[in-house]
Amino acid sequence: MESLSIVNVIIVLTIFFVSLGIAAYETYFERVVAAYIQDRVGPDYAGPYGLLQPLADAFKMFFKEDFMPAKADKLLFVMGPGLALFTALLTSAVIPFGDSLIIGGKEYLVQGIEVNIGILWVFGIVALGVYGILIGGWASNNKYSLYGAIRAASSNISYELAMGMAIIAIIMTSESLSVRAIVEQQHGINWNVFYQPMGFLIFLTCAFAECNRTPFDLPESENELVAGYHTEYSSMKLGSYLFAEYLNMFVTSAVISCLYFGGFNYPGMDWVHATLVGLAGETAGHNIATFVGLGAFFTKIFFFIFLFMWVRWTVPRFRYDQLMNLGWKGLIPLAVVNMVITAAAQLSGSPLIGGYIGLAIFLIVFVLLWPLTKPKSRML
Amino acid sequence: MFSLSSIQWAFYILAILTLFGGLGTIMSKNPIHSVLYLILTFFSLSAHYILMNAQFLAVVNIIVYAGAIMVLFLFVIMFLNMKEQEANELKKNSTIIAASIVGGTIGIILVAMFRQVQTQPTNPNFYDSQIGMIESLGKFLYKDYILPFELVSILFLVAMVGAVMLGSKAKGERDF
Repeated sequence: MESLSIVNVIIVLTIFFVSLGIAAYETYFERVVAAYIQDRVGPDYAGPYGLLQPLADAFKMFFKEDFMPAKADKLLFVMGPGLALFTALLTSAVIPFGDSLIIGGKEYLVQGIEVNIGILWVFGIVALGVYGILIGGWASNNKYSLYGAIRAASSNISYELAMGMAIIAIIMTSESLSVRAIVEQQHGINWNVFYQPMGFLIFLTCAFAECNRTPFDLPESENELVAGYHTEYSSMKLGSYLFAEYLNMFVTSAVISCLYFGGFNYPGMDWVHATLVGLAGETAGHNIATFVGLGAFFTKIFFFIFLFMWVRWTVPRFRYDQLMNLGWKGLIPLAVVNMVITAAAQLSGSPLIGGYIGLAIFLIVFVLLWPLTKPKSRML
Repeated sequence: MFSLSSIQWAFYILAILTLFGGLGTIMSKNPIHSVLYLILTFFSLSAHYILMNAQFLAVVNIIVYAGAIMVLFLFVIMFLNMKEQEANELKKNSTIIAASIVGGTIGIILVAMFRQVQTQPTNPNFYDSQIGMIESLGKFLYKDYILPFELVSILFLVAMVGAVMLGSKAKGERDF
C-alpha cells in the first residue's frame, strides 16, 4: 500500500479548493453569458469587469436573515444543503486531473485517489446527489418544496438508468472501470466520442437532467412551484444549494471530458512531451507537460460549463410529462440500442467502423419503422 | 485498548456507526428519520466492505441500496405523509407479544448458530488480498458460477415483466 505523503495531501487540497473556486466563478460566468445572450451589460459594479461579483454575492448571502419555518424538521432542514454540498464535492476525488508529477524522483498522480472502480464511484455519488434536495424539500414542511423534491427524485432515478447504460458502453470499449485507465486509452486524439457519438449525446442529456439544469430544471420551476425545493431557504443555506448546483456542473463537465473527450489528452501530446523533455530535462519537462495537459483538461471543462450555460439561456423548460417520456421512452431504449451496437462493434474486431455501420443500420431501420408507429405512443 | 492499529480503529468506529444507524432505524418514531438512519447503516456497511478490500461490492451497495432503493423508499413515504401517532403500533398488547416471540426465537437461533458454526481462521500467508476486486469477481461469476448467474438474470427478467404488468394501465383507465 502506498503511503500518504505531503505531496498527495497538497494535491488533494488543491483539487478541493480549485473546485470551490471554479464553482464560485461559475456564478459570475453564468451572469456574463446570460448578459451576452440577452444583449445586456451584465455584472460590472464589483471590481474590474465585475470580477468580485462572487465575493459580493457571498457577503450578501451571509448577511441575510437566516429564516427557518416554524414547523420545519430542524435537523434535516439544516442537513439538506450540507448534504447537497457534500455529495457534490465527493465526486472529484476519483477524477484524474492530470498525468503525473515527478517530485524528488517519485511519481505522484494528479488525482485525489486512483481506484479500480472509479467510474462506479462517480455513478454512485451521482445517485446520492438527490438526497440533499429530497431531505431539504421535505424538511421545509411546504407543499411546493415537497413537490420540487419529489420531482428531483423522480427525474434523477429516471435519467440515472440511461446514464448508467451509456457508461456501460464506455466500459465495454475501454475494458476498465478506472477513470484514469479510460482516460489513458484515449491517448492523443483517440477520443471516445468518435467511438460513441450516440452514447455521448445520451450521457450529455442525462447529465443536464442530473444537474437539474435547464431544460430539465423542473424541481425549481418558478412558474409552477414558487422556487421548488429551496422555497423556504434563505441566507447561506440557499447559497449552499445554489453553490452545490454549480459544483455539480463543474464535476459533471470534468466527467464528460474524461469519459468522451480524452481528459488531459490532446493532439500532439507526445511531440510536446518529447520537446519539453529535450528542452528542460527529464523531470522538469515531464512536469511542464503535465501542466500543459492540465490546461487542455480545464479548457474542455470550461467548454462544457459554457455549454451548460448556453443551453440554459437558449432552450425553454420541458413540461413534466415530456421530461418523463423523453427519459423512459426515448433515452433508455436508445441507450440499450447503443449498448448492443457497441457490443457488436467490439466483437467485430474494428470498433470504429463497426460502430458507425451499426449506427447507420439503426438509423435506417428507425426511419423505416417510424411511420408505422402509432402517433399516440410517440415520445414527446 | 489503545494499542489498536489504525485499521482496527476504523473498524470499531464503523461498527459503532453501523449499530447506531440500525438502532436508529427501528427506534425513531418518524418514518423519514428511520429511512435516513437506514441509509447511514448502508453507508457504514459499504465502508466495512472497503475495509475488507471488496471495493466493487461496496460501490454496488451504495448504487443499488443507498442510491436507488432508499430514494424510492423516501419518495413513497413522503407521499404517504404519515403522522407520528399513526405509526404508534407498539402501544397495542398483541404487537408487543408477537414482537417478543419473534425476537426471542431469532435470538435463540442466533445463539445456537454461533455455537454450532466453527469459523475457520484464514491463513494470512496464503490469503489472496485481491479476491474482492472486480476482476477476480468477474472471472468467478462468468467461469465457475455461470449457471446460477444466468438463472438469477432470468429471475430478474421475470420480476421486471411482472412489475410492468402490475404497473400498466387497464384499457380505459385514466392516469390521474
